[in-house]
Amino acid sequence: MKFAFFPGCVSRGGCPELYPATIKVCQKLGFELDELQERGATCTGAGVLQEKNQFLGDTLNARTFAIAEQIDLPLMTICSTCQGVMSQANRRLTTNPEYLDKVNVHLAEEGLKYKGTVKPRHLLWIIIEEIGIESLKSMVVRPLTNLNLAPFYGCYMVRPSDALEFRLYPEREDSLERVMEALGASVVDYPGKTRCCGFPILTINEQNSVAMVANHTGTVKDLGADAMVTPCPLCHLNLDGYQPKAMQQADRSINLPIIHLPQLIGIALGFDAKEMGLSRHIISAKRMLSKVAVRG
Amino acid sequence: MEVTVSVRRFDPERSEQGSYWQDYGVDVEETASVLDSLIKIREEIDGSLALRCSCRSAICGSCAMRINGHAKLACNTKMTEVVSEENKITVEPAGNMPVLKDLVVDQKLFWDKIRQVSPWIRPVGEEPTGEYLAPNEDMVHLAGVMACIMCGACVSDCTVLEVDKNFIGPAALAKAYRFVADPRDGENRSRLGILSEYSGIWDCTRCYECVEVCPKDVAPMDRIMALRDEAMGQGYDDNYGARHTEVFTQSVSHSGWLNELMLPIKTFGMFNLPAMMNMAPVGLRALLKGKMPSLFHKPVPQVEKVRRLVKKIAAEQKKN
Repeated sequence: MKFAFFPGCVSRGGCPELYPATIKVCQKLGFELDELQERGATCTGAGVLQEKNQFLGDTLNARTFAIAEQIDLPLMTICSTCQGVMSQANRRLTTNPEYLDKVNVHLAEEGLKYKGTVKPRHLLWIIIEEIGIESLKSMVVRPLTNLNLAPFYGCYMVRPSDALEFRLYPEREDSLERVMEALGASVVDYPGKTRCCGFPILTINEQNSVAMVANHTGTVKDLGADAMVTPCPLCHLNLDGYQPKAMQQADRSINLPIIHLPQLIGIALGFDAKEMGLSRHIISAKRMLSKVAVRG
Repeated sequence: MEVTVSVRRFDPERSEQGSYWQDYGVDVEETASVLDSLIKIREEIDGSLALRCSCRSAICGSCAMRINGHAKLACNTKMTEVVSEENKITVEPAGNMPVLKDLVVDQKLFWDKIRQVSPWIRPVGEEPTGEYLAPNEDMVHLAGVMACIMCGACVSDCTVLEVDKNFIGPAALAKAYRFVADPRDGENRSRLGILSEYSGIWDCTRCYECVEVCPKDVAPMDRIMALRDEAMGQGYDDNYGARHTEVFTQSVSHSGWLNELMLPIKTFGMFNLPAMMNMAPVGLRALLKGKMPSLFHKPVPQVEKVRRLVKKIAAEQKKN
């Protein structure tokens, strides 16, 4: 199956381990990728640009959708924030024909037109909806049976639920747990899994942002988690990169590895730690990897 | 329908034992609300169960509580919509406010924050001889935010209030928007100035919890975003939040994608030594792990098309 792949900014910036890990895992899953950013697609605006100019944000996303329509491929994201922002923009664009016309006037200048047919989907949802849990199980060569893993979705993968079409696709709601279980891991459940990681206010109120990191990682550490798994690289930046600060602020030891979803799938599908870029995390994943006999 | 209602209880007279879960088996109609089940429990099984409710019609806003972990009005939530396959639900008091007894919380924090934003019109100029009238078209967009019934569901589930009780919070900020956007109010500039300070509009994480749980579609977070836009438009742009938005927008408008290295540097200011020193250990750790974004930020292919689009939209928006 071929996808119009939208890697987002962070997988090639602050989390450079995510991009190559995703490419390798997608190859193994039999997915062919046509990269949208190579075709000139822009950042989604991440909800930040939208604070200042929602129309510009929607037009930039409509432009990306129009490029995906041009190559006639379903759109794949690998970031909760990209996914959420695209879903929200798409809802505004596809439920209001007049608005879409207004946006298309601007796209016409470079010969583009968004027809409204794109359904952006995160790799996590694509695995559930296109491969299926049973097929994924059959692909596992290294079951993660010894691992207790805590899910962390990232706000925009769970809210607002109507833009993410949870009513139409109820399996999206616990998709992360189901993929983790299919790979053989045990799920550590806790209420924080759908809460905020604090990243959006990192430059505004670091103390609050870091307190959120300490709460979530500390809670699951106490519940016996070996690692936390996230489909959102922005959450990863905060939960991994600011965990040392969180430990300092909360005056406790946590040291919980934060694993990108594609990295976890990669390990279960037989890749080694280096191929998945697992040595590039701030909090070492070595101990967790040793539990599934992988050298970190 | 036989359901198990698992209630998180707390008895202030035995506060040393903390809160605890208690399961009640109760038989309710298929059409019953969660509140119906709680009232039935109180009347027929356990008279000591404390809860707050009044209108049973989603108007008074008394019965906001966490059902299956998320804030909802108990009267407005059908049992069939929330029970698990094992016919079980969990009910807890609203979050972020101290529990007085069982499902009853002390709403002082909620009301203090509402009062903090001066929730009344402060007109300027000569007093009219009659009412302060406003044209319908100027008020109609406020109908949504005026639908707030002060139930506190948004405050219960706010992710920022969870770590910082000083944050003004979603309900009060939505209320502030209602007055900032009211054409009869004459103090909107000073209101925006106060709201742009620490613990105000820029402290929201944009997590959408408040939008998701609001039973009246007030969408507090969307109002907070509107306040940010309005505040920046009125010149309150010399703070980390506004600069972060500005630098982000410039980066995407210029190169098509985010320059992650320059975003914090430009937000804090290159010569802001304390901020740079604070970031240094995080940056160093990232550098050692090969995670530092490239110094050379390469634009997306055909970036001139993006720049042209951005310019054209900006020109059009300026004209309007």
